[in-house]
Amino acid sequence: MGFLHEFLQQMVNGISLGSIYALLALGYTMVYGIVKLINFAHGDILMLGAFGGFFVLAAYGVTPLTFILALLVGMLVCATVGIVIEKTCYKPLRSAPRINALITAIGVSIFIENGARVVKAIGPNPKQFPTFKTVNFPIGDINISQIQIIVFVVSILLMFLLTYIVNYTKLGKAMRAVSFDRQAAYLMGINVDWIISFTFALGSALAAAAGILFASAYPQVEPYMGIIPGLKAFVAAVLGGIGSIPGAMVGGFIMGIAETLTKGFISSQLADAIAFGILILILVVKPSGILGKNVSEKV
Amino acid sequence: MLKNRLFLAGIILVLVFSLISGCNESKTIKIGTIQPISGQVSAYGIQTRDAIALAIEEINANGGVLGKQIELIVEDDENSPEKTTNAFKKLTAKDKVVAIIGALTSKCTLAITKEAQAKKVVLITSSSTNDTVTDAGEFIFRACYNDSFQGQVNAKFAYETLKARKAAILYDITNDYSKGLMSNFKSKFEELGGQIVAIESYSTGDKDFNAQLTKIKASQPEVLFIPDYYNTISLIAKQVRGQGMTIPMMGGDGWDEITNNAGDEVIGCYYSNHYSPDSDDADVQAFVQKFREKHKITPNALAALGYDAAYILVDAIAKAGSLDPVKIQQAMMETDKKMVTGQIRFNEKRNPIKSAVMLKVVKGSDGKLTTEYAGTVNP
Repeated sequence: MGFLHEFLQQMVNGISLGSIYALLALGYTMVYGIVKLINFAHGDILMLGAFGGFFVLAAYGVTPLTFILALLVGMLVCATVGIVIEKTCYKPLRSAPRINALITAIGVSIFIENGARVVKAIGPNPKQFPTFKTVNFPIGDINISQIQIIVFVVSILLMFLLTYIVNYTKLGKAMRAVSFDRQAAYLMGINVDWIISFTFALGSALAAAAGILFASAYPQVEPYMGIIPGLKAFVAAVLGGIGSIPGAMVGGFIMGIAETLTKGFISSQLADAIAFGILILILVVKPSGILGKNVSEKV
Repeated sequence: MLKNRLFLAGIILVLVFSLISGCNESKTIKIGTIQPISGQVSAYGIQTRDAIALAIEEINANGGVLGKQIELIVEDDENSPEKTTNAFKKLTAKDKVVAIIGALTSKCTLAITKEAQAKKVVLITSSSTNDTVTDAGEFIFRACYNDSFQGQVNAKFAYETLKARKAAILYDITNDYSKGLMSNFKSKFEELGGQIVAIESYSTGDKDFNAQLTKIKASQPEVLFIPDYYNTISLIAKQVRGQGMTIPMMGGDGWDEITNNAGDEVIGCYYSNHYSPDSDDADVQAFVQKFREKHKITPNALAALGYDAAYILVDAIAKAGSLDPVKIQQAMMETDKKMVTGQIRFNEKRNPIKSAVMLKVVKGSDGKLTTEYAGTVNP
């Protein structure tokens, strides 16, 4: 295998990983855009979504139909959880200083992780995630597995769906309005509480989808599984410009590709150092992130 | 007046309770064990704990040791060295245990060996195979063979039985167990005349190995050595096959339980282990039967080692005739007994000299994964 082939193969690996980061980063960026809160519990929603999918797939077996069902169930469960968290934990703190909500988010994150450890159905020990049998599609010397294809296609579909909702529906218009100026939006008759809840639900549903895709590619589920992807996706969101939806997607892909290429061509020990190094570099050159521009772009 | 009387009664009550609990304390001999009951290698921790408890129950049913019953105190380390240190402090300071069985994984045991040596606490780990575990001093023992032996067993098997000449290694650079096996496999395989075509690493907790595997694939190895624990192996195996590699994978005793924790990707892979539950050895069969009766599952190798470790320790206490750690240590050194995982005799580094078995992962008649005996390698 020549250098070019190896490079292309690593790009395939990187894009597959990056699409999961991108999906997760969208949740961070949307919530930040609307309520200026870094929702640190977002990675744990990924875990809950993965477990939602786990129960469906464990009960009905793995077929394309049950996989879609698992995605729907996971997304529905997490959307509900997202709304509950928002109503109970963040809403009472909406007028408090931002740092209070941030600390609450960390608290919610620890609560979900350890709560999951205690709950009988989840428990502290890793479980095997039921997944498709590995099938490969060799294209020349480059090898793509069907999991990589599924991850990529589902992520892109969901990103298109989100872009459509935000840009072309009335709800999306309301979201953008709330993000732009909450007070003015309220005065224009927009139900701000409902829009914020909807944003949390949407972000959490995307996290659930990311969780199920993550668990399909790396078939193991446990209560702490969301921490590292959560952190990486957060960095991806900041890298792309937090608050910007296209930024989160770009940031996610950059993180995934940078991580994989570092592992592939430099050293696996430097993967995170270089990925985070890129973040520092971009923030020094462009503090608002790659696509973070003026306020009107934020959602 | 009434207040005074109540006060007095209270004091008497406290005194009586402290006397009762005082009596209890002198009636039992406390042995502590530190095991990963939850977390990444819980399948090991739970079975090892159950096997130790089984051994202690048997000993207690036969009258205990030194005329006293044994009380087993279990602590969970979650496979984290920091939590192991905390558990060690709790067992030695609060529970004042006579000796400790544990920890299970090498990195956890290494976190407490120096302290155990300094405090003169007899410590026997059932399954930490890293070579340096017993280096801390004469109070540290183990019931298993070490990695320089296990790495050589794998290298020999790959070279002689699988006839592989080009091997690749993927290991966890942050794990003492994985690092030890990697270097021992590499030196033996090269000594035999084989070639290591790729060595790639990752860190504990990593889930994406595609980048490393792409590099490994490009080097065209005939066998892939992955020394890690079953949960990581199942993730790696999935990605190995996802990258289109069909070569056999192999590993050490950390693969034990792989059959319950991985998909069909691991069929045709090999690993070294401490015993095979299918062996017709009388001690093995007796243990397997007792364990099955109680827990309804076939004990893994870690359980067998835990069972042996408990017996090695209690036998030594009986032989020492006292709870003095120095005397127990001396009695431990004199151990020479046939147990479940073989004849136990310690060398000067307090490592038992035992043989290893190689197992092959196959699909059983019931459609589930199971293991098949693939050979024994003697030291």
